[in-house]
Amino acid sequence: MNWQPETNHKTRQQRAQMLADTRSFFQQRNVLEVETPALSQAGNTDPFIESFHLDQRYLHTSPEYPMKRLLAAGSGDIYQICKVWRKAESGRNHNPEFSLLEWYRVDFSYQQLIQEVSELLHLHLAKILTEDNQLYTYQQVFLENLDINPHIASHRDLIHCVTENISGLSCEELSRQAMLDALLTHCIEPTFKKDRLTFIYDYPASQSALAQLREEKYSKTGGDGFAFKSYSIAERFEVYLGKIELGNGYQEETSHERNKQILHTENTTRIQHKQETVTQDELFLAACKSGIPRSAGVAIGLDRVLMCITGQKTIQKVINFPWDKA
Amino acid sequence: MASYNTSEFKSGLKFIMDGDPYTIVENEFVKPGKGQAFNRVRIRNLKTGRVIDKTWKSGEKVEAADVMEVDMEYLYEDGEFWHFMEPSTFEQHAASETAVADVKHWLKPQESYIITLWNGVPLSATPPNFVDLKITQCDPGVQGNTAQGATKPATVETGAQIKVPLFVEEGEMVKIDTRTGEYLSRVKES
Repeated sequence: MNWQPETNHKTRQQRAQMLADTRSFFQQRNVLEVETPALSQAGNTDPFIESFHLDQRYLHTSPEYPMKRLLAAGSGDIYQICKVWRKAESGRNHNPEFSLLEWYRVDFSYQQLIQEVSELLHLHLAKILTEDNQLYTYQQVFLENLDINPHIASHRDLIHCVTENISGLSCEELSRQAMLDALLTHCIEPTFKKDRLTFIYDYPASQSALAQLREEKYSKTGGDGFAFKSYSIAERFEVYLGKIELGNGYQEETSHERNKQILHTENTTRIQHKQETVTQDELFLAACKSGIPRSAGVAIGLDRVLMCITGQKTIQKVINFPWDKA
Repeated sequence: MASYNTSEFKSGLKFIMDGDPYTIVENEFVKPGKGQAFNRVRIRNLKTGRVIDKTWKSGEKVEAADVMEVDMEYLYEDGEFWHFMEPSTFEQHAASETAVADVKHWLKPQESYIITLWNGVPLSATPPNFVDLKITQCDPGVQGNTAQGATKPATVETGAQIKVPLFVEEGEMVKIDTRTGEYLSRVKES
């Protein structure tokens, strides 16, 4: 039996250093380290994330709901380093069990949080990040790479764009958002440079998750001449090194009504996709009702950061005992 | 009917698509931060050998193919079929011309080949990387001529046309790389 770890000793030392540096980064900024349950009575309703469901409990896929309950209870700025689990996410950048760093900053805008994420990653990846960060809106990367506006393109335009740029993908059963996801992962992410951080922000509302929405006006020339229309933008960002996505941040939605509606819609989508519905987190919704302060939050995949630090090509090489050896 | 979910995808997995058997060459799982996950897969058609790129929405299923790879000894050709035998069971299999099209000129009796069987029928044959073959026809050798790179055409016992150095003689055994069809060296008969 091959019982040996997949990592070498240097990688294990680099992980320990990364964790120590992360903790001292937050200590200097007066952000408090906290813990929340890994096994909860409610789960993540997001239809694109599958929880392990055992004995009436869900293994958390991120500590988002309980951390927001701490915010509502007046915790102030908090961070957590924990293991999370996502079923069926397996590949060279995915291990179903992985380490997440998640933090929340009260009274921060997501733009301020982008700055802080950059500072943390520059601390860990000082040797690799030789060029300045690149910041693009979601709309910009689609316009520049594929000449299509993701917010207002018609369904037909999207099918045309996918067919032209991705060989061997049938669009028949793809939603509008799934086509955008395909274009982003197949055609856009591979163009991100390896020596700098790339931030993408302002996503379509269909990808809002628990982010705040904002109305965006645009002018349209039609049969009646000139008219103003609008579409919703989710105040969210993602950060990449090369084509590896490292993290995902939000201007947190604080409205009880909207959070309640999001969880409900997610379960409805699950029913449409013939997926199991998930017990929604009433404790989180109760906290929303009592009032979550204006805040921005982000989750960073620490194993991926370690891949970048060590230069390993697969996530399995930075995890002592990855999924198949666990 | 047995099937595979995309989460079971890995190199070497055999499945059916549009009636043809395929094998997975490379599988990559991609997923945006929030949203639809995909499996980007490079696959090879086991009938035609053609390699194509294909993307599945994660969670989709493909039909499993009953495809096996078996070591077999080449026996003979009867004008219509090429006959192989499993050395352990002596079971014989007849391969069609399409199945052996790429390797016809490297088939030597008693030599071992990897035969890909689909529902028990030979689909393709893979020769060993190196085979020793006898030169059955070539111009007389030029003694002492070891000029670099100078070659002449020659025919080997299996019918393949190759290029050999000028000093090689008819009747000699030579080692050939079947992947490139290149002459490697002379083989001393013991």
